[in-house]
Amino acid sequence: MSITLLEAQSISKRFGGLQALTDVSLTIRKGEVYGLIGPNGAGKTTFFNVLTGAYTPNGGEFIFAGSELPTGTPHAVVERGIARTFQNIRLFREMTALENVMAGHHLRSDSSLWGILVQNRHTREEERLITERAYEMLRYVGIERHATTLSRNLSYGDQRRLEIARALATEPQLLALDEPAAGMNATETAQLRELISTIRADGVTVLLIEHDVKLVMGLCDRVAVLNFGKKIAEDVPSVVQKNPEVIEAYLGSSHHAH
Amino acid sequence: MNELAEAIPWLGSRNPKAARHVVLALMMIAPLIAVLCGNTWVRILDFALLYVMLALGLNLVVGFAGLLDLGYIAFYAVGAYTWAFLASPHFGLHLPFWLVLPLGAGFAACAGIILGFPVLRLRGDYLAIVTLGFGEIVRIFMNNLNYPINVTNGPQGINMLDSLSLFGWDISRHIPITENFKINSLVLFYYVFLLFVVGSVIVIRRLQISRIGRGWAAIRDDELAAKAIGINTRNMKLLAFSLGATFGGVAGGLFGSFQGFVSPESFSLMESIAILTMVVFGGMGNLGGVIIGAVALSLLPEILRSVALPVQQQLFGHVILDPEVLRMLLLSLAMIFMMLLRPAGLMPAHSRYSRPELVIAGKEKA
Repeated sequence: MSITLLEAQSISKRFGGLQALTDVSLTIRKGEVYGLIGPNGAGKTTFFNVLTGAYTPNGGEFIFAGSELPTGTPHAVVERGIARTFQNIRLFREMTALENVMAGHHLRSDSSLWGILVQNRHTREEERLITERAYEMLRYVGIERHATTLSRNLSYGDQRRLEIARALATEPQLLALDEPAAGMNATETAQLRELISTIRADGVTVLLIEHDVKLVMGLCDRVAVLNFGKKIAEDVPSVVQKNPEVIEAYLGSSHHAH
Repeated sequence: MNELAEAIPWLGSRNPKAARHVVLALMMIAPLIAVLCGNTWVRILDFALLYVMLALGLNLVVGFAGLLDLGYIAFYAVGAYTWAFLASPHFGLHLPFWLVLPLGAGFAACAGIILGFPVLRLRGDYLAIVTLGFGEIVRIFMNNLNYPINVTNGPQGINMLDSLSLFGWDISRHIPITENFKINSLVLFYYVFLLFVVGSVIVIRRLQISRIGRGWAAIRDDELAAKAIGINTRNMKLLAFSLGATFGGVAGGLFGSFQGFVSPESFSLMESIAILTMVVFGGMGNLGGVIIGAVALSLLPEILRSVALPVQQQLFGHVILDPEVLRMLLLSLAMIFMMLLRPAGLMPAHSRYSRPELVIAGKEKA
């Protein structure tokens, strides 16, 4: 449990005059569910985007599984083993659920252009395997019956699940979920919680950004709290919950109440 | 092929197998029927096949990868001029077609990459404007590269291009079988072109249902998400541009050998737009649709021309509407009616995996 998977070393990100992240350092251990919480605009998603290569940080670096993570190139980050989902779901809308997951296998397949043109054995075998695995993955997240539905026609909760399935298809070591429970009802949230537990049990480390404090506190092994782009706490949920700075960040200080 | 068969009204849905035979038969006997109506019609059919190839290539860029390309005709020009340089008296070179055609395709692919690099970050309208400019640049180059060194012979073009010779046969000559019966060279060209079209369809079909095709579709649907699942969008886009251009290059080479003459005016912006219209009209991303779009929009204007000219002569005593104007009028009318009646094209693209029979097959395996 105590092997470090990801280490963020004083990450900073500036947008013009706005300092979105200031020296954020945190460590995610292999096999845990790590929560990243904070009020709106605290810099959670920015951190996420810097980590997954969508933004280049102005300072600091990530050490992932022992070596430095490339910045600013999302596909290279995924290749190293970090997959992500989006806060506002981003599926391939004109593709079926199955194809979405199959597209997720792109990175871990290697049929060459020539192989595809002559349809050699490797290509055919790989294509069959991809289809099979994609079905398995849909079953894993529980939407196998919708395999042939266009992803834009899926229900909201199923779209979230599909996005997770697609991310898992890239065979990540770290799965980064950006507010997966946003907009979900109580049942869907409970199911999501179950799914995340299963994913963890299968050996994938999970980084969870979440608004739903109850979900985070119940699910995460450790939690970090961001406020105004700075980390103000990092510990097990029960300790973080009692941290006065955290309570102040969420509820406002008594000073303001006067 | 299957998609074409399904498109036949009534029969397509009831008896797909019979419909397929009908399509096959039509493809084989079309030039023979056309011969009866005169050589012009065979020539028109030959051009229709070239347009099918162009539309298929452009569809790869626009329909699969979602990159709007308004300068596609430039690759056609590259292919045609490659043929003109390497197989004509212009430079005194007469290389064989199996060398020239791949070279033309290769040059076109390079041109595709040259176009691709600067436009990697552009999307939609901006991409369209830059590609449009690229197409014009190529044409203007062809128009003006006759001074100080005469490379392209300028607006006069290059003529006396070598024809296609297969296995020692120059197929631009009629092949005499008996005294009275000769195989028309235009018909021969038709079958050669048909072979190339079928080859293109097979290649494109295989690309479409591969990891590469899925990568393109992912970029088309959501580029950010495509990056987030590890697709190297830069490489995939360049691949789309260069592969799309390859088909343009091959079609261009065939055009050169068929026509025996190339000049810059064959590669105007209007041609780019016409090909794009065929793709959009038929149904972006659907191979059957694109083929039908290309055939329909290259045949209809010719039919209209052969009808409209005599009618105008009869009615007014002189020609009021030029055939070229009529063609553009028809293309724009086709687009307007398509937008009103079938906004996704004649045959909209549908996902391969949305068909139940494939799903059941997959389930058994899984």
